[in-house]
Amino acid sequence: MRRRNVLPGLPLSLGVTLFYVGLIVVLPLAALAFKAASLGFEDYWRIVSSSRSMASYRVTVLSALGATAFNLFFGLALAWVVTRYRFPGRRIVDAVVDLPFALPTAVAGIALTALFANSGWFGSVLEGFGIKVAYTPIGIMIAMCFTSLPFIVRTVQPVLEDLDPALEEAAQSLGGSDWTIFAKVILPLLAPALLAGVSLSFARCLGEFGAIIFIAGNQPMSTEITALLIFIRLEEYDYQAAAAIASVLLLAAFFMLAVTNWLQARALRYTVKG
Amino acid sequence: MSNLSIRRKPPRVGDAPLFRRSLIGIVLVLVAFVIVAPLVIIGVEAFSKGWQLYRDTVIHPDTLHAVMLTVLAALIAVPINTIFGIAAAWAITKFDFWGKRFLLVVIEIPFSVSPIVAGVAYLFVYGLQGLFGPWLDAHDIKILFAVPGIIIASMFVTAPFVARELIPLMQAQGRDLEEASTSLGASGWRTFFSVTLPNVKWALLYGVILCNARVMGEFGAVSVVSGNIRGQTNTLPLHIELLYHDYNATGAFAAASILALIAVFTIIAKVALERQGAGRVRKQANPAEKTS
Repeated sequence: MRRRNVLPGLPLSLGVTLFYVGLIVVLPLAALAFKAASLGFEDYWRIVSSSRSMASYRVTVLSALGATAFNLFFGLALAWVVTRYRFPGRRIVDAVVDLPFALPTAVAGIALTALFANSGWFGSVLEGFGIKVAYTPIGIMIAMCFTSLPFIVRTVQPVLEDLDPALEEAAQSLGGSDWTIFAKVILPLLAPALLAGVSLSFARCLGEFGAIIFIAGNQPMSTEITALLIFIRLEEYDYQAAAAIASVLLLAAFFMLAVTNWLQARALRYTVKG
Repeated sequence: MSNLSIRRKPPRVGDAPLFRRSLIGIVLVLVAFVIVAPLVIIGVEAFSKGWQLYRDTVIHPDTLHAVMLTVLAALIAVPINTIFGIAAAWAITKFDFWGKRFLLVVIEIPFSVSPIVAGVAYLFVYGLQGLFGPWLDAHDIKILFAVPGIIIASMFVTAPFVARELIPLMQAQGRDLEEASTSLGASGWRTFFSVTLPNVKWALLYGVILCNARVMGEFGAVSVVSGNIRGQTNTLPLHIELLYHDYNATGAFAAASILALIAVFTIIAKVALERQGAGRVRKQANPAEKTS
């Protein structure tokens, strides 16, 4: 099936691409990896497994899991409502889903802090129930929820739009209840896209910085996220520690990237059947 | 209900009125709390001490300088990333070469890497303890803790934006039109400007707008490489943090309102472009439509 390609421009376009990717993406990350590797195994291990580092991984990963779990349900419900139902304001809801992407993280950070501080609109109500959000791990979770919500909505939405109604009709004609059809027919079709969205969202939560530092208490061992710990080490001019901890986040990012790519390839396998 | 008779299709899953209404209700309430409330509070807080203080913050020389620097970063980083995005999309969609899938993954890396990690990585290239640091220092070239550092850090964070919008669309459109154009004697550039570009212009603009919003709002990577020198290397997001930590919350929200406004305009532009068909490219990546 392959023909000889007659189009011009491969050397120029590929050259520009490789040069730019090399200079802007690969070189800095390689320099970081090199710096971290130059530490030697013992020093590296001592830094990345110190109790303060471990505490920062724990709060980052647990908050990211909580935020992603919430967004899994909220994001799916949001995508479902926007694609399957018609109601006044539907287009506006569909548009504001992108607000967390468009709003700078620092702006989101101070806005969420104002809302959830003890004197804020939500914070004062929640305090009546004895729930403190600002300056606690719950605050970190809320900031992560906000910034990563669009990932799940936007990966599930196209698949939901493309679902073949005939599948549901067939299931209905066989007498399945709505819940059965959702669980046995629709959810399995959505699952790959949903998982891809979840992994994108989780990866974003792990690396989030701007939105979190305002609302988290930033107390070592309890509300200090990994990205902030890197920043603190830099401010202390402890570049080796910063490189080592940053390399942990980088490895986590690569792992999530691999997972996402694998899941997206699977997701595509389902949509292409159309 | 009387309007059941005009319904042509049988109810689909989840169309039971009670379920439908409650789900819409829950989602609307959550959207209001989670997404809309943060936007509203920015406006409320920015004007909480009156129009005068708002105006004073916005026209303060430090704020204006931060705005200028943010605009400058966008004016340089966005066009460069646009050219890169077009080049990458052309190479990847019009040719087959070894390692193409891997290149695609590498282009997407900045999406998954924490901005803080990106900032630290740049320290080890251009910083004093980095690869080129000593050489740059000897030649008195300042990249880090200066404007060039802010711009290249922004370029890293937003590198994939334009490419990601163009690649699926150009993949779906195939190569036939370009091949016809060149076989009729048009040059590569002519083919690109008269054949390819008109077909992808909305997706291109869409990518450019998203890229611009992210450059203007980038915080983590820029805060590592900027050095936060007031009135010199403060972009608008960094200026917000500075005001906030100076216990000038109202001022911080006033500065934030400028970025919030840009975000709202970005979303309006995005919706307008989606009406033109941009951003829905992944749906078109359907083999059934490619055979024409």
